[in-house]
Amino acid sequence: MNTLAALVPILPLLSFLVIGLNFRRLPKPVTSILACGSVLVSFIFSVVLFFHIKGGNPTVNVTLFEWIPAAATSLGFSFVVDPLSSLMLLIVTGVGFLIHVYSIGYMHDDEGFNRFFSYMNLFVFSMLVLVLGSNYLMMFIGWEGVGLCSYLLIGFWFKNQAYNNAAKKAFIMNRIGDLGFLLGMFILYVQFGSLDYQTVFAKASLLESGNLILTIATMLLFVGAIGKSAQIPLFTWLPDAMAGPTPVSALIHAATMVTAGVYMVARSHALYILAPATMMVIAVIGITTALFAATIAIFQNDIKKVLAYSTVSQLGYMFVGLGMGAFTGAMFHLTTHAFFKALLFLAAGSVIHAMGGEQDIRKMGGLKKALPITWLVFLAGTIAISGIPPFSGFFSKDEILLHAYEQNKVIWVLGILGSLMTAFYMFRLFYLTFAGMFRGTDKQKQHLHESPKSMTIPLIILAVLAVAGGLLNIPAVFGGSSSLNTFLSPIFGSGVEPVGEVSYGTEILLMSIAVIGSLAMIGFAWFRFVKTATIPVTDGIKRPALSNLLYHKYYIDEIYQFLIEKPVLWLSDIMHLFDVYVIDKTVNFVGNATVWLGKQSGFLQTGNIGFYLIAMVLSIVAFLVFGLMI
Amino acid sequence: MNNVVQGLQLMPISYYISFCSILFVIGMIGVLIKRNALVIFMSIELMLNSINLLLAAFSVYHNDPAGQILVIFIMVVAAAEVAVGLSILVVTYRKNNSIDVNLLNQLKG
Repeated sequence: MNTLAALVPILPLLSFLVIGLNFRRLPKPVTSILACGSVLVSFIFSVVLFFHIKGGNPTVNVTLFEWIPAAATSLGFSFVVDPLSSLMLLIVTGVGFLIHVYSIGYMHDDEGFNRFFSYMNLFVFSMLVLVLGSNYLMMFIGWEGVGLCSYLLIGFWFKNQAYNNAAKKAFIMNRIGDLGFLLGMFILYVQFGSLDYQTVFAKASLLESGNLILTIATMLLFVGAIGKSAQIPLFTWLPDAMAGPTPVSALIHAATMVTAGVYMVARSHALYILAPATMMVIAVIGITTALFAATIAIFQNDIKKVLAYSTVSQLGYMFVGLGMGAFTGAMFHLTTHAFFKALLFLAAGSVIHAMGGEQDIRKMGGLKKALPITWLVFLAGTIAISGIPPFSGFFSKDEILLHAYEQNKVIWVLGILGSLMTAFYMFRLFYLTFAGMFRGTDKQKQHLHESPKSMTIPLIILAVLAVAGGLLNIPAVFGGSSSLNTFLSPIFGSGVEPVGEVSYGTEILLMSIAVIGSLAMIGFAWFRFVKTATIPVTDGIKRPALSNLLYHKYYIDEIYQFLIEKPVLWLSDIMHLFDVYVIDKTVNFVGNATVWLGKQSGFLQTGNIGFYLIAMVLSIVAFLVFGLMI
Repeated sequence: MNNVVQGLQLMPISYYISFCSILFVIGMIGVLIKRNALVIFMSIELMLNSINLLLAAFSVYHNDPAGQILVIFIMVVAAAEVAVGLSILVVTYRKNNSIDVNLLNQLKG
């Protein structure tokens, strides 16, 4: 088992090295087999490990080598496979494999085919290190690694300057979060003398709840999560990150990397439950982000942007779950979200592929006939995210909302509101894309075609997962056994048992409210975009004030530009002057003075040896005389 | 052997010092005023040997053989130095057809 656990991340790394070092030579089929095969084998190993853990075996600890042997403690380059990380392993390698297969079809004509797959493998490796690491430093390595791959893949088509800017934006915003993560790590190390999960949690459990240092440390770690998981105020990079190829959006910016923050908080739950203030902050930021992003998504016209804001919103829900202590609920939503959002992104990629690169849903419509498989799987994903039973999104979102209801009614109401908006904007997207008449050009219409098998098969598998993913954790009210709860209980302990105070009747009632509301919103979306066939106004035409505000994403980017970018530029201008007039001048003065002095003293070097000798003799005599005088 | 030493010790040390100083100054003046590199070398040897002589004299007067050993060392180093110096002279002669040191002024600043 130890070898298997070590091989899981190492295989994608090897594949990355082979492809990355030979990316000019390898033919495309070889690359495809290497890249997909390594992830597939990792997936198989992950399944073995999963059942090993599920069978009640103890956690698997692998220490590859002692990395930083310090005086008091030692940080090992070590992996741990426990229920939490084995669940993440399945998601990362499983969804990752499907997306790799999809990418073969999607990227087939791209000249950067090999480069793309080497980056993707590097990403899978980093993500696996992130989830497998047995201390915060290992997590940080993975954390930075996925950030790097995200940067590389967003800017994959680097000839487009806008894409480069999006990549830089993502990198810099993540960097702000990473600083918080790093500081949080330092505090933990100073406080507990270790970064190893077990040691830190054991020592932290001795502290009383609400401990100040613990609160600060958890807050700082959460800042890292804010950056990585695109929460307010650092969420604006994620919609821009859609510049990358669509499989990247599916893998990195929907299914895995952006959920790293959620995983981190869930992993550190032992610290967070001791810091109620941080939990409250997490819940508030989560619900604010969920609503904020949902409102923006309603008015976006780019198929990927809608999905991006939807991702931000769903991540907000996960943080609400974490903030409410529903760690299992958050992990459950993470899992189902990985299924249906990866599905939606890949299906959107299939649509974009068929439309020849067009992403504006105002120019789509009526694609149901041309793309029957894509239509079907997109519908499955849309229903799943809208929270209609028995699709997966219903169960996971409901579990979070139930905890919210139990603890804080305001957050519950806002959560319901957000989920109604989710249903609306997702079906708006669905209807505008697939229903009604085709609104593109004739050329595009002739070009419409269903995607190749390598793309549709992963879509179908993901659709099945999106539909059935809820079976993982059917709540007791439906006669289920909450198997995910049971599975994760060794990690989360008794602190997050299934809700006990709310009676089954109330639970059913709450579910009905959410479901009926969502159905109503779907009906409204149908009425607006199918029955009356409203098309969002084209750019340049004046919109009503509110929708204008939302269309422009609350002008957040502009506000950031004004508040942060401009002052930084001014400051750097001033610094530039300082550089030119003070630092440069000083350095140049030293150089010039040396040259000048050299020129002035050059006459001493006459070249006459006799003169040198006399000077030498006279000097020696002078020294001797001087020595005698003393 | 003792007789020789005692005989030498009869002569005052100041004689040796004066003689060696004169030899040294002659050598030094030779170095300073001559233009022929070979003569300069000979002058340098003169200076070195005046020092050697002085060392030997002191060695005798103090009954300490260390000074004489040092003389041997100086001779060895001088021989090496002369070997290098003469080879430089040969190169100089090939280049300038002369060993006039005043022609060696190409490095002036």
